[in-house]
Amino acid sequence: MCGIVGLFAKSATVEERLGVHLAAMLEQMSDRGPDSAGVAVYRDPAPYGSSKLTLFSSDTREPWDEVGGALEQAFGGACKPRVRASHAVFVVEAEATEAEQWVRANRPDLRVMSAGTVIEIYKETGLPHEFVQQFGLSELTGTHALGHTRMATESRVTTAGSHPFSTGLDLCLVHNGSLSNHNRLRQTLRREGIEFQTENDTEVAAGYLAWRMREGASLEVALEGCLDDLDGFYTFAVGTADGFAVLRDPIACKPAVLAETGEWVAMGSEWRAISVLPGATDAETWEPEPGVVYVWEKAAV
Amino acid sequence: MAAVPAEEVAVEVVDLEKISLRELNQRLHNLAHAPGPSAWRVVNPDGAHAVACGIDVDVEVAIEGHVGYYCAGMNKRATVRVHGNAGPGVAENMMSGQVLVDGNASQSAGATGRGGLLVVRGDASARCGISMKGIDIVVGGSVGHLSAFMAQRGCLVVCGDAGEALGDSIYEARLYIRGEVAELGADCVEKEVRAEHREQLGGLLEAAGIDADPADFRRYGSARKLYNFTIDNAGAY
Repeated sequence: MCGIVGLFAKSATVEERLGVHLAAMLEQMSDRGPDSAGVAVYRDPAPYGSSKLTLFSSDTREPWDEVGGALEQAFGGACKPRVRASHAVFVVEAEATEAEQWVRANRPDLRVMSAGTVIEIYKETGLPHEFVQQFGLSELTGTHALGHTRMATESRVTTAGSHPFSTGLDLCLVHNGSLSNHNRLRQTLRREGIEFQTENDTEVAAGYLAWRMREGASLEVALEGCLDDLDGFYTFAVGTADGFAVLRDPIACKPAVLAETGEWVAMGSEWRAISVLPGATDAETWEPEPGVVYVWEKAAV
Repeated sequence: MAAVPAEEVAVEVVDLEKISLRELNQRLHNLAHAPGPSAWRVVNPDGAHAVACGIDVDVEVAIEGHVGYYCAGMNKRATVRVHGNAGPGVAENMMSGQVLVDGNASQSAGATGRGGLLVVRGDASARCGISMKGIDIVVGGSVGHLSAFMAQRGCLVVCGDAGEALGDSIYEARLYIRGEVAELGADCVEKEVRAEHREQLGGLLEAAGIDADPADFRRYGSARKLYNFTIDNAGAY
């Protein structure tokens, strides 16, 4: 099963309450995914020339200040951690890829959940309600966000196996369904230099998108490539720095509902998830067509 | 003049924000054994699953809002009207009665239905009427791919278009489509529309309250070539 939600704010009011809405949507999807929950929130851009990392530690007493200190030594500037449960966000005075490489080289025990300038990813095992409380999700403001509640079918229930999967800078993917050609595709992508951290099928889809976009494809073209190269069932929601995209496989067994008002665009596995948003009753509501890529993006400033 | 007891004419209003879905369905099921209100109004469904499922009595239920999976599933005798959209499997395995959806229905609407009438005024998505076994389905808009897959009996009427693989592996159901058919499924063919078909179609459109001319529809059904295993085809597997 699994539940997916996405919310894209079209007004400052919704941006300010993004976390509140996201938490409500996520909790509505508890029945679809009681194993673990996760979100990607696009918010609080790092200043020009710096980048943002979300790191996870399995050690509940991780001395995050020391990690910040080490990052300051490496890159200069002030690098104070913003800690949420088992995760911490750092703004680093370096390019995102450079900062990410430093963590992998110097702190391999930590896991980079996301890297970029606006993305923050939080995910953990347990019920969505517990996750929302632990991570203080309701406090978060932001421009847009994706969320996932997991009922595991393909691999173990772990923090690392939870969604969203980051697929590159400021990119992430959540998935409802299961892929059947992920082992073979993982081998192919590894040869192309894409790194994988789990045996999870969704991570392969994320890696596929990262690879296609690295080779020059736009998000839309990369997603269309999924229709040819991925075998299995999926409804995907993909987050980018500017917006999000939705794709269902051509067989379309996995559900999805889209809705839009003057204030927001929302995506959910079911209407239940969207019904908690303000003005939902009057929203324009439809089911995305199978095999069609839907994209919403912030207008370029 | 004798006063009519209020409880017999009043509409029973049930707010799903205040009572549980299980309680609503139990109260509707109890009507089969003990008299109760004959008209119900359900408010704040908010996408709940299995609303008004398994009713077995003559009763009218109006649902004000969108519902989730399996609304009015296994319905017998009741009339259930959804003033909104319905999630997957609306009226699945319906036995008799009517289920009316004012908006759109998600996939597998009327799946395996054995009788009664399902009306979707908007669009129905993939697999509408999959394995239908006697239910009649009238869709005001279009249907998605694999509609009437392995349909055995009953009619599927579509005022708009039909998606790919319409009527794949169909048995004896009748498909009436007004718009374009993206592609016919295996063993599904276009058939002649005779007077008896126009009459049947006219009756269904009227019952559904949809204003359309039966003369504008084409009929599709089984070529009856997949009924039995043909040894000559063994090499194809």
